[in-house]
Amino acid sequence: MDKSNKTNFRLSKTLKSNIITYGLVIVAFIIVQMLVNAGQVSSLMKGLLVPLCIYTILAISLNLTVGILGELSLGHAGFMCVGAFSSAIFSISMLETIPNAGFRFFLAILIGAASAAVAGIIVGIPVLRLRGDYLAIVTLAFGEIIKNVVNVIFIGKDSNGLHFSMKNAMALNMEKDGKMILNGAQGITGTPKNATFLIGVLLILVTLFIVLNLIHSRSGRAIMSVRDNRIAAESIGINITKYKLMAFTISASLAGVAGVLYSHNLSSLTATQKNFGYNQSIMILVFVVLGGIGNIRGSMIAAVILTLLPELLRGLNTYRMLIYAIILIFMMIFNWSPKLIDLRKRIFHKSRTERERV
Amino acid sequence: MALLEIKNLGISFGGLRAVDNFSITIEKGQLYGLIGPNGAGKTTIFNLLTGVYKPNAGTILLDGENITGKKTMEINNAGIARTFQNIRLFKELTVLDNVKTGLHNRHSYSTLTGILRLPKYYKVEKEMDEKAIELLKVFDLDQEKDILASNLPYGKQRKLEIARALATGPKLLLLDEPAAGMNPNETKELMDTIRFVRDNFDMTILLIEHDMKLVSGICEKLTVLNFGQVLIQGGTADVLNDPEVIKAYLGE
Repeated sequence: MDKSNKTNFRLSKTLKSNIITYGLVIVAFIIVQMLVNAGQVSSLMKGLLVPLCIYTILAISLNLTVGILGELSLGHAGFMCVGAFSSAIFSISMLETIPNAGFRFFLAILIGAASAAVAGIIVGIPVLRLRGDYLAIVTLAFGEIIKNVVNVIFIGKDSNGLHFSMKNAMALNMEKDGKMILNGAQGITGTPKNATFLIGVLLILVTLFIVLNLIHSRSGRAIMSVRDNRIAAESIGINITKYKLMAFTISASLAGVAGVLYSHNLSSLTATQKNFGYNQSIMILVFVVLGGIGNIRGSMIAAVILTLLPELLRGLNTYRMLIYAIILIFMMIFNWSPKLIDLRKRIFHKSRTERERV
Repeated sequence: MALLEIKNLGISFGGLRAVDNFSITIEKGQLYGLIGPNGAGKTTIFNLLTGVYKPNAGTILLDGENITGKKTMEINNAGIARTFQNIRLFKELTVLDNVKTGLHNRHSYSTLTGILRLPKYYKVEKEMDEKAIELLKVFDLDQEKDILASNLPYGKQRKLEIARALATGPKLLLLDEPAAGMNPNETKELMDTIRFVRDNFDMTILLIEHDMKLVSGICEKLTVLNFGQVLIQGGTADVLNDPEVIKAYLGE
């Protein structure tokens, strides 16, 4: 009797933690939506709502690679780039064929996720043979390669169908009625702006659902066993290549979903250093490290705070990035310094025992 | 037919012949000891047996199946599980999850089933929980099932490693210095546990150990290894009283 109670308790513990995570997203959404309806949110802030969702999804998905699989990846923005461009190309070329915007966007999300997953497999197979710093450096290079390759692709559409070239727009040999879809470094213009805050939040919930359920399942345990001890995992019959690739691919495809939101939130899309370069990849990594490696909820919160912070500090003009950096340093120390972790534990423990006494 | 039959196994690292012409036959249900001075090549033999190293020479037959040169994962599926000299647990997983990871290949559902939480997920997870707790009870670890493996005291970590190895359902269990770092009381308890595992799980066990009390207490046969070669093989009492063995351990 006593035993079965304990099993229930354990299940409810992970369940409770998951409910808090989902609840946090839903409550945040309701509060923001109420503020928007009451006209309390500036248009600048409104413009940040979809990016907030994008960064949250990116932080959750990178935490799967860094925290759960335990491999440092510095090319996450590359997968976001693949998702962004593949889905934008799909949406523009299907603009007339599928007039229903909702359905078209739904398909675009699937296509963005699938193409980023394919990119994840292609990059993952060679990269996951490496470990530690070497893996980090190679993912960094792959992220840059993806971004640069996108910059030399030309795709156009005319009455004969799609045309593809890697030279220039002339090489497409289109009919007179031809229309450029992806014009090399000039990117894509005219992507339908289908991304909304509501869809963004729904996608965060889907991402959470996939990642949290994966972690607390047979495959999740296998992935974490590879992280904790590769040799022991092999010795108990875990196919480490399979599970490493699985985690990496799921992580890439979720980054692709964030990319779909990104491209469908802007009318013109170009692959630049700023949006899909390594700065972006490192920014996502900062969310993960700050929020806690392996801590999904923490990385979500870190993503939201660090995305909002530069805007909230806008009043400080030139000092804004300086203060941003100082806050970042303090947050890192607060989260990771062993002394402060001890202190937090002591305070938390004390308050808990007091509560129990009451 | 013998459960494990190794013939003329050998491996070199550079110019060093770490294991040379090693042969051994272990019958089903035997408790077999592999002893020898430090650096004799005992752990290397475990690593050869489990596919961590590929042998340069010789064959390994498990239950008649040739497993020479196979991958670690395949060898585990064929029926060899092991523990490690320096404990290798999944530190950030709970005690229960460590054992459940060991059950990975015996209780299975797809990744998609796990993500979508289909009925099969709940059914198989429940089976795994029951099986894992059953195993933990054998090692008196069921009270600690929800704490992280890294927070277990040392002696219990060693036991958990054995439980995890058993979870894979092996035919042959390899224990690499199971009593290392244990006090005499813990060692005695461990001896009982090893005997219990052999009797109740129908297990064949090959162990490396330096603790002579444990070796003489539970092993039925011994092989002594010195400089990568077999010094002597035979019944425990005979081997331990052999002057050659005493010389190898204590010098002239």
